[in-house]
Amino acid sequence: MLMKVEELNRVLYVDLTKKDIKVKDRTDLFDAYLGGSGVAIKLLEEECPTGIDPLSAANPIIFAVGPLTALYPTASKTVAMFKSPLTGNLGESHCGGRSSMAIRLAGYGAIVITGSSDILLYLTIDGDKVKFRDASSIGGMDAQTVGRILREAETGSGVRTIIRTGRAGGKLVRYACAVSETYRHFGRLGLGAVMGSKNLKALVISADKSVEIPKGKRKEYRKVYDEIQDVVVESDAMKKYHDLGTAGKLYEMNKLGGMAYKNLESASAPEEIARELSGENFANKFLSRRISCSHCPVGCVHLASLRELYAPGYYFKTTTIPYDNEPIYAVGFMLGMEHAEDCLRMIDAVDTVGMDIMSTGVVLAWATEAYGKGLITKAHTDGLDLQWGDVSTYLEAVEKIVEMPTEFYQNLAMGVEHASSVYGGQDYALAFGGNEMPEYHTGIACYINNLTGARHSHLDSAGYTLDQKLIGKEFSIEEVVKSLIAEEEWRQILSSLVVCFFARGVYTSERVVKAMAAIGLENWSPEKLEVVGREIHRAKMNFKFREGFDLAKLRIPKRIFEVPTPHGLLKEEDLRKAIEIYGEIISAQ
Amino acid sequence: MVKKLAVLDVNKCIGCMECMFACTRRVGRAGFDKSAIRVRSAGGIERGFVVVVCRACEYPPCAKVCPTDALRVRKGGGVILNKDKCIGCGFCAQACIMGAIFWDDELDKPIVCKYCGDCADYCVHNAIGLVDV
Repeated sequence: MLMKVEELNRVLYVDLTKKDIKVKDRTDLFDAYLGGSGVAIKLLEEECPTGIDPLSAANPIIFAVGPLTALYPTASKTVAMFKSPLTGNLGESHCGGRSSMAIRLAGYGAIVITGSSDILLYLTIDGDKVKFRDASSIGGMDAQTVGRILREAETGSGVRTIIRTGRAGGKLVRYACAVSETYRHFGRLGLGAVMGSKNLKALVISADKSVEIPKGKRKEYRKVYDEIQDVVVESDAMKKYHDLGTAGKLYEMNKLGGMAYKNLESASAPEEIARELSGENFANKFLSRRISCSHCPVGCVHLASLRELYAPGYYFKTTTIPYDNEPIYAVGFMLGMEHAEDCLRMIDAVDTVGMDIMSTGVVLAWATEAYGKGLITKAHTDGLDLQWGDVSTYLEAVEKIVEMPTEFYQNLAMGVEHASSVYGGQDYALAFGGNEMPEYHTGIACYINNLTGARHSHLDSAGYTLDQKLIGKEFSIEEVVKSLIAEEEWRQILSSLVVCFFARGVYTSERVVKAMAAIGLENWSPEKLEVVGREIHRAKMNFKFREGFDLAKLRIPKRIFEVPTPHGLLKEEDLRKAIEIYGEIISAQ
Repeated sequence: MVKKLAVLDVNKCIGCMECMFACTRRVGRAGFDKSAIRVRSAGGIERGFVVVVCRACEYPPCAKVCPTDALRVRKGGGVILNKDKCIGCGFCAQACIMGAIFWDDELDKPIVCKYCGDCADYCVHNAIGLVDV
């Protein structure tokens, strides 16, 4: 079935309480805010009442794609927005796989899910046909198994996305994730728990339409398409992300001294550990296949194959496990793993239960240090002797976070901010704005990013990149803050177009305008994009302030001031000053 | 020289679907509904991908079962569809055990590969390509 470019304006509203759907024309939002993050924050403002419990039926889930999705390479992300049960504030998570292609070609620019079902459901969205299906028989199942069952039970093979939760979602682990296409995730900030609270186990969304390129535009479209394709293929990103993938930079980051190791006991692991956990080692020993999101020629997704003897009598199993930079940091470097195999086992275990691996790694790293310092004991850990690098104990701990046999694990399942508020050890509880930290200990910019970024994600403003650029240079805190704000504002445009951040070098503002014009969306200019990027960023921040976010009250764990960065030791007063400047700038503009 | 499309190395396929998009793009659309090529996982992505495309058979079963001679055997293999003659019976799609005859729901007629190679032009990993018949 054919649809027009403008039909991105169709928003599917699904009410899980009433098992009812509506489709509304939201041209108003897509014209003004493109799609993705821009449209999602506006829908969140509309649908999420102030001060609600993120795990109540009142919390909406919004999925949004963008105007370039299915039309140009690498516009392949889906933005999910919700109120985060981990931070109690803005929840925004991005995922690739087949998700954005499927949503767009099912005929929607966004999907809004409200209410809560009385029975466990999964949704099938097959173009215009939306069905509520009983998921009782797949409740409590892990994410891979759910995918396998729904793959066979439902139609649309090859042109669909299956977004599902694992056990952690149903158990309301606050950092439970949603998984799509087995190896991609809406990882951060707890979308899986929100789905769990709604009794929504999965969504199967199948494409059945195509978008018509306006008749007078076809030549121009093909020309711009080819230009973008060529730039993507010839870019450094292509080689970098296809060859070793995101894991390719781990070794260098460690060498630079910007890698949080063992709960940031230091910012660099010993050389032999860094070699063992390097992208090169993973590729040489375990890489079995590289795959890609829909409409992206890069193929950055790296899958490892791990063959293990798991029972006496030659019982072997071979597991396919996705690996990336952040997972290797979180359950490799952060937990002091000495073997790449152990890191893969942990990634697999966390993926199986369906938790955000970054949060899980940081939570366990804190627990290990707190246990080592005697703050928590075996009575808390249900008998586990948490030690760096002890993979079998960590694997048991992952299970216990999901099953919560003791109050301690109930607290761990609420994140490190919460757990440390109960047991102490806040000085080394490495969360910022309530979200567990990424690997970077590169300088002041990465922490300004962690603290002020709307999602408290390293991808908000890429402070770690700025830190590296500034090594050996003179700079003022104000310059750093301004530069991070400008980056975060521009990234709102990319995430509203749902262009993968890995292709950010390809989609310059001029090229975005050209790409839009070639499909008949003519009223954009680089200047307008800049203004709208800022507007979207402020809308997200306003949502945060509405929900109680306070820059002055941000907790900064002392640990980050105790370990030298590549720029030397950081000072709390500098970071506080930066936060203050940030507050002044965003309230002024 | 007559060409046909071939799967050169399926292990190089990353499942990006650029070939599928390229095929439908020929007719000014973004999507797959006019695509004569399809990539799907071989039962879970860990097993890799299957590229379903017309193999340009020398004695094409699809043409053999066409009741109206809408599918003409091409010199060197494969078929050429004469849409005017096609009554949309679907026998061709049933006869192709590769599943390489796709269906156009709008026209209710088959989608048959034209061996133009547009899809291969966008396969940057060289999983597919045009080869001489």
